[in-house]
Amino acid sequence: MSGAFTPVMTGSADPAAPRPVTPKAVPYRNGAVSPSAAALRAQFGDAIRRVAVVWGETTVVVEPGREGEIVRWLHDDPSQRYDYLSDVTAVEFRDVEAPIEVVWHLRSLPFRRFLRLKVELAKGGPLEVDSVWPVYKSADWLERECYDMFGIRFRGHPDLRRILMWEQYREGHPLRKDFPLRGRFSRSEQLRQALMANPEARYSMEELSIADAFDDLPEEIRHRLATGERTGE
Amino acid sequence: MGLTAPPRAGEQIATYDPASQESWVATRLDLLVNWGRANSLWPMPFGTACCAIEFMATAASRFDLARFGMERMSFSPRQADVLICAGRVPFKLAPVLRRIWQQMPQPKWCISMGACASSGGMFDNYAVVQGIDTIIPVDVYVPGCPPRPEGLLYGIMMLQEKVKRERMSDTTLRREMEPDPTSGLYIPAEAIDELSEPFGNSVQQTRSVL
Repeated sequence: MSGAFTPVMTGSADPAAPRPVTPKAVPYRNGAVSPSAAALRAQFGDAIRRVAVVWGETTVVVEPGREGEIVRWLHDDPSQRYDYLSDVTAVEFRDVEAPIEVVWHLRSLPFRRFLRLKVELAKGGPLEVDSVWPVYKSADWLERECYDMFGIRFRGHPDLRRILMWEQYREGHPLRKDFPLRGRFSRSEQLRQALMANPEARYSMEELSIADAFDDLPEEIRHRLATGERTGE
Repeated sequence: MGLTAPPRAGEQIATYDPASQESWVATRLDLLVNWGRANSLWPMPFGTACCAIEFMATAASRFDLARFGMERMSFSPRQADVLICAGRVPFKLAPVLRRIWQQMPQPKWCISMGACASSGGMFDNYAVVQGIDTIIPVDVYVPGCPPRPEGLLYGIMMLQEKVKRERMSDTTLRREMEPDPTSGLYIPAEAIDELSEPFGNSVQQTRSVL
């Protein structure tokens, strides 16, 4: 997939830029906008909903469905070179009408830039966004965690399973606002389900293969395993 | 020694000469075995959180767990005597902890170290087991968040006292727990629900009962 490893020197793409210093007196709003925001507007136009600068960090909210190509462009374009994905996560607000936000934190080491990308998804609708796994392999577990905790599905992810909770976990997605802190089931029922999980049946020593517990896996995972799809590469 | 009665005809009397180098002790076998067990408890550390840091401090030179014959950490449950569960146990880890306990050979004991292992502690949430005594039987609970090494040492000494008071005639001591095969629980579900009743500032939380 990738060629020989070539180290990236931080700031190498922009040697004339002043050396970074610890920022002082950063304004809460109306700080300097990252040049990537204007470049994104020029490249994608209407797909960029709005740009905000909070504590000196630029946030770009983009149209749902366009996030895949935008991230791809930010990664590939020689004037951007966002080569490091530091986080994929989501935010849900308590207000019923406020949308759920999926957040990508991108960093460009050659340009010493940071960009926060957001997609807003209405709570009633399908919680689906494009996976950035084809661009950043590190998105694999980050997107699995986001799916586990928020129930957001990533189109094109190779192995979208739960990662923190066990795979037969039936209580929902714990970081959603409608999820009660103690979970939905009684303590004895939670313990019963946990003790019945039988992790050894799922993770054998030889390979992380799914053996005895195949039948109690969720339908889509059974389908994916039956068709021979495996994790990652 | 002046206390022996005059021997009858044909009778051999065992004599003891204090000046000789022979020595012997008469005791109950219980006491001997328990003395040996209590002073050579091999711990199986099951450290999941900050309690494990205090546990390491307990094992290190300042507090020196070796004084209690416990310096031999057994990182395999097969050669361990006492399971020290140090830290919170999430539900995902519950079957693992259960399996480790089942792999330990008798005689075995369990110390629940810290508030989280004993009761779930501050983690009264969807992910954390509300006390490992709902998974495995516990002998000694050490309170604290985390307990200082002195606290753990006190718990260990209490366990030693407990071991020293065991009697071989008590057949219930070495009985393995037998979890219900359909639910995996070894104590009734109602008891678990009652043990893990909410307390503190999270009383207002709602939860549907399945």
